[in-house]
Parts: sequence; structure tokens; C-alpha cells
Amino acid sequence: MEILAILIPVSLLLGGIGLAAFFWAMRTKQFDDPEGDANRILTRDWDDRPKP
Amino acid sequence: MALAEDFADSGRAPVSACPACVVVPAAERIAALRADRAGRIVLSLPNAGGAQSISTVEAAVQAVPGVISARVNLTLKRVSVEAEPSVTAAQLIELLASHGQEAHELDPGLLSVTETDRQGRELLMRLGVAFFSMMNVMLLSVAVWSGAEDATRDLFHWISGAIALPTVIFAGQPFFKSAWASLRQGRLGMDVPISLALILASSISVYETAMSGHHAYFDAAVMLAFFLLLGRYLDHRTRAVARSAAEELAALEVPRAVLLVDGAELEMPIAEVQPGDLVLVRPGARMPVDGVVIHGASELDRSLLTGESLPVPAGEGTVVSAGEVNLTGPLTVQVTAAGKESSLHRMADLVAVAEGAKTRYTSLADRASRLYSPLVHILSFSAFGYWMWATGGDVRYAINISAAVLIITCPCALGLAVPAVITSASGRLFRKGLLIKHGTALERLAEVDTVVFDKTGTLTLGAPEPVALADQPRDAVAVAAALAAGSSHPLARALADGARALGLAPADVTGIREIPGQGIEGAYRGARVRLGRADWCGAEPVAATATYLALGGETRAFSFTDRLRPGAEAAVKALKAAGLQVELLSGDAEAPVRDLADRLGIPRWQAGVLPAEKAARVAALAAEGRKVLMVGDGLNDTAALAAAHVSISPASALDAARVASDIVLLGQDIAPISDAVRISRQATRRMIENFLISGGYNVIAVPLALIGHATPLAAALAMSLSSITVSLNAMRLK
Repeated sequence: MEILAILIPVSLLLGGIGLAAFFWAMRTKQFDDPEGDANRILTRDWDDRPKP
Repeated sequence: MALAEDFADSGRAPVSACPACVVVPAAERIAALRADRAGRIVLSLPNAGGAQSISTVEAAVQAVPGVISARVNLTLKRVSVEAEPSVTAAQLIELLASHGQEAHELDPGLLSVTETDRQGRELLMRLGVAFFSMMNVMLLSVAVWSGAEDATRDLFHWISGAIALPTVIFAGQPFFKSAWASLRQGRLGMDVPISLALILASSISVYETAMSGHHAYFDAAVMLAFFLLLGRYLDHRTRAVARSAAEELAALEVPRAVLLVDGAELEMPIAEVQPGDLVLVRPGARMPVDGVVIHGASELDRSLLTGESLPVPAGEGTVVSAGEVNLTGPLTVQVTAAGKESSLHRMADLVAVAEGAKTRYTSLADRASRLYSPLVHILSFSAFGYWMWATGGDVRYAINISAAVLIITCPCALGLAVPAVITSASGRLFRKGLLIKHGTALERLAEVDTVVFDKTGTLTLGAPEPVALADQPRDAVAVAAALAAGSSHPLARALADGARALGLAPADVTGIREIPGQGIEGAYRGARVRLGRADWCGAEPVAATATYLALGGETRAFSFTDRLRPGAEAAVKALKAAGLQVELLSGDAEAPVRDLADRLGIPRWQAGVLPAEKAARVAALAAEGRKVLMVGDGLNDTAALAAAHVSISPASALDAARVASDIVLLGQDIAPISDAVRISRQATRRMIENFLISGGYNVIAVPLALIGHATPLAAALAMSLSSITVSLNAMRLK
């Protein structure tokens, strides 16, 4: 049962990372234009260098 | 078109000849207005789609000098542009048109999405937190259910509690707030038992854990929060989508007026126009203000205001109201009332009053919760009382039972039952081109048994079509077509199109010029020919919408009929087949109304109806116990739209009419109305089914809870199974 002392914190930590990532994505407005983002990945405009 | 522009030019000249009319210190005002125009331009791109259009639009707009940044939002089909004041929306629209992208200007001021956006993000955040805790607590609970004992079980309970308590406090806030609000008004809403269940379940679990008891309901508490938030979020999203689409419709009509200041033309928002200002209204434009014509001659299309399809002449001294369309010549109008004071706005205010009446409708969900929430409380308290008596005062046991009863009866599926159906139904209707603006509109539409249609602009397009053009002599049509080609008057355009459809080439008419408010004149084989109003051409007027041709001493009348809206026949037929009574109420003259009623097979019709009479007829039908669906588009329909049980207006309708109606038809085709009735009936049936399903789960689980056999596992099972069943049932809509 000692293994629980490791597993429970690890599972909480991993879940917490997921939650934090969700918060970050929401705060940076990444859900504002899901359709546009899905299409933007296909454009070739900034393939050679990043958008200034 | 070149001709029309010429007139626009000549229309400007005389204004500076009236300097007394212009009293405003011009230069200052011009400078101030120009400065305001800097900043953000938002364009709607209805046809945008795919990666290619993003690149095209952004590259094209960014190449314009003065543009700072441009970003396409494909989900909303919009592009927002940050630019210097020198860049105008018209310039960008033209540019995008040359790249094959249709674009319309939106009023950024009306697109106030931020508030709903913030609410939606907040709900989503709470939903995310509830989901995270639910998953973690569930994992720990599985261990407890499968037989963890003593210290291990206590440890798991403590950890669950550490996760669940902050979650309940954070995620439950929307319920706590609304429960508190309804308690203060002395009512028992749906949120009171929810909050009570959340609080009671959490606190009893903490107590049980501290006493190292067998059952803790942490998992039930977070699960409850999660499923209820999901229902809340779906509900919010449906509303937000409808609201933003409705806002977009309103924002499409950027309210601008062309102001004449010291002879200079200046485009500016209507809000800044003041009574006494001079406004230029070009042919084809809608009157932005109420006023009096002080210069120019033209014809006005009043169909949106009165329903008459025949244009009326306008000249100096004619009183015009906002919403009328100027047809032939440029008009200079002295403003008597603008913006909030204009007749259009006053009408919209009347509508707002009528709107209040509609919110009095009790939705199915309200009725269910009114029945439900007292029942939940009574059950829970009587369980507490009974077990107090039966166990001889074992408070811990009795509270445990009453908490279990609360958790099981809690309207988890009930909270999802309606939002899931409405989300699914309005999504389906949106794809058919119908926008549901009001939450209870679907339920009200399902009850409808009478449909009242307006004529002009609703069943017809308000666009004329020549009658029996092929029966007229070919040379007369050719001359008329040549004259008509020089005008942007709707009758002239319809005539030119009709001649083209017959394969007739326009005759060789020279020296064509348009006399605003009268007609078009030219020379054909050395003789003067005229196309226009009856008295101007020296013709006997006929009893229909018509234009007249004077050719070689003879006159000839071309009569027109209103073009039918696509799908009108199908819609009327389907509605009649569905057993609904169909009526036609129009402000137009008797002949065209009778004609249309015969064509569509509408037995009951009335012509020449005044706006107040329309509303009265709808009210009379309602007094007979009928549920009326009103379909209309004009200002003369707004009162009737607001008075009806439920109302639909096309997207081409006046803003006031759209505000008054519950559902907006986005496409030109009117046939989806019959689908809407069918889908709404189906949706209501699904809602009732969902109530029965969640009720059914309770019938099984509540007795278990009452006799003290409800374990946390049973509660979790009942809750998730019923929620999933109602969601699946909602998606069965076709």
C-alpha cells in the first residue's frame, strides 16, 4: 500500500497539469475560432519564417 | 448606372445655394467627426470557408496602405481590421469583392459580445474544474466501492474531500447565487434543492469521514455539479449563438447618413445627426431619419411601413419617415427627428413593451420545477422525520438518509433535459436557415394552430415582375427596355430584365435622361418617347402596379405583379397539410391581395388592413383560444408580431420587426417554416419524454433511498445513467 503515497500524488499532478493547460488555453482565447485554427494550419503563408 | 450617378452629382449642387439652411459651424464639426472614424472595422464574410480564404482575405487587406492588422475569424465568418482613419469600409468591401469575397460592413459598436463571452468562459472554466475533480474523485471512489477498508478508506475519503470541497465551492457558485436570489423573493426555484443537495452532501460527507463512516457522497456532489453545469453551459451557448447572430443582423445595417455640411458631403453615424441637419438620400437608399424633403423629386417605396407595394411620389414638402426606400432621384431631407426620436425607434420601443408579455409564458421546465422542487423538499424532510422517529433519535443516520434522498431526487437529468433538446433542435433549425431568438419560442411554436401571413416582403419578395410581357408588341417592349435600362427604379429594372428574358434587344433610343419622380425620356426615330408615371406620359392609369410608355402618340401600360418568395407555395401547402389554419392580412390594395390568395390557395384574406387592425385581428384570434403564428416583415406588422403567440420574420425585415419576432428566417426561402413547426412539435415531445425518463429513474431510486439502501454507488449510477439517457434522447431529433 506504500505505493499509494506515490501514485495518488502523481495522478493528481497529471490531472492538475491537464487542468492548468485548459485554463491557459481558455485565458489566451484559443477557443475563440476553432474552425479558423483548424484551417490556418494548412496555409503556407508563414512556412519559411514566423509571422512578424 | 452612369446616369444615376450623374443625377447624384447634379443633386449636390443646389444645396450650397441654400447656405441659410446650414447653421452648424461646419469646419469644427467635420474635423471632430473625421477623428472619430479611426480604429476598428469589422466586416462579415458570409461565404468565407477553408484555408485559402483566410490567406486571400488577410493578405489582400493587409496590403492596403494604412491597415495595421487584419485577422479572419472563420467560426464567426468575420474579419476585423485595425486601420488608420483614411481606410474606409467601402474601400475594403470593394477590394474583397475583386478577390471574389462577398463582404458586408458590421457595426462594431453593436457587436457587444464581451459580456456574454465572459459569462461563457466563466461557465466553461467551472465545468472544466468540475470535470477534473469528478474524474479524480471517481477513481478514488472506485477503490472504496470495490472494498477498501479502515485506514485506506478513510485516507481515500479525506483525499476525495480535499478535491471535492473546493470544487463544490467554486463550481457551485452559479447555483448558490440563483438559489439565494429566489429564496430572497420567497420562491423555491430549481436551484434551491440543487444547492441544498450540494451543501448537505458535502457537509455530511465531511462529518462521516471524520467519524470514519462507510459512506461519503463526495463523488455524488461533484458529479451533480458537473452534470448541472453541463446543462447550464449548453443553455448558455444556444442563447449566445442566437444572440450573436441576431446582433450581426442588426449590425449589418450600419446606420449612417450622408450629411450636407456647407455643401460638403460627410458620412456619419445616425446617432450624431441632429434635428435641423440636412441629409442627402441617394436613390436606392433607405431613409435614415424622419424629415421633410426640401429639395429633389423622387418616388418612395413605403412597403416596409405600410405594406403597399405601389411606390408613392415625393417632392418638396413631402414628409418622410425613417425606413422608407428612396427609388429614383436624390432627395435632400431636413431632419425633424433622428435616432432614438425617429418614428422607427418609437415603434421599436412599443415592441419592447409587448415583449414583456411574452416572458410571462411558463415553459415546460418551469412547470416541471414548480411541481418538482416542493416534492423533493417534502420527501427529504419526511425521510428525516421518519428515521428520527424510527431509530429513536439517531440524528446522524436520519441526516444521512435525507441527504441520499436529496442527491437522488436532485434534478440532474431534469437540468439537462430541456437544454439538450433545445440545443439539438435549434442547431437543426439553424442549418435549415432559422434562427431561434427566444428560449421558449420552440415550445410556443409547437402549440400553434393558426398561421397569419403578411403579403409584401413576406410571401412575396417585394420585387416586381412584369405581367404578360410577351403579349405586348415587340417594338414597344424593345423601346421600353431601352429606356428602362437607364434607370435604377425597381419597375424599370424588372422591365429591362423581363425584355432580356424574352430575348429582345433594346431599341436604338438616344438622349436618354431620367426625370426624378416622373420617369425616363429619350428620342426614338426622331420622336420623343417616355416611360414613367401615367399622368406624365398622358396615359389612363390602370388598377394595378404599372408603368406607362408614350410612343408615337400612343400610350401603353406595362403592369407588374409582386414576385413570389421561393418556397411560399410549398410552405402554405405544408402548413395546411399539417392541419393549421392559414390567413393572409395585408396593407396592400384588394386586387393584388386577392390574386395572391388565389394563387397560394389561402381561403381567408383581408386587404387594406391598418397596422392596428392587424394586431387586433391577431388578438381576436387569441381571444377565440387560438395560438397564432404571425409571419411578417414590415413596420406595419410589428404590433401583430409582438401580439402573436409566436412570430417569425425574414432577415430582410425591418430591424424593429426582427426585434419583435421570436424566430428569424435567414435565407430567402420561406419553406423552412413548415419544418420549424414539425421540429418544434417533435422537440416538445422529446422534452416531455426526457422528463418522464428522469422521473422514471427517480421512481426506482427514491424508494431505495427512503428505506436507507441507497449507497453512493447507486446514486452515482442513477445520476450518470439518467443524464446520458436524456442527452441521447435529445439527439434523436430529426
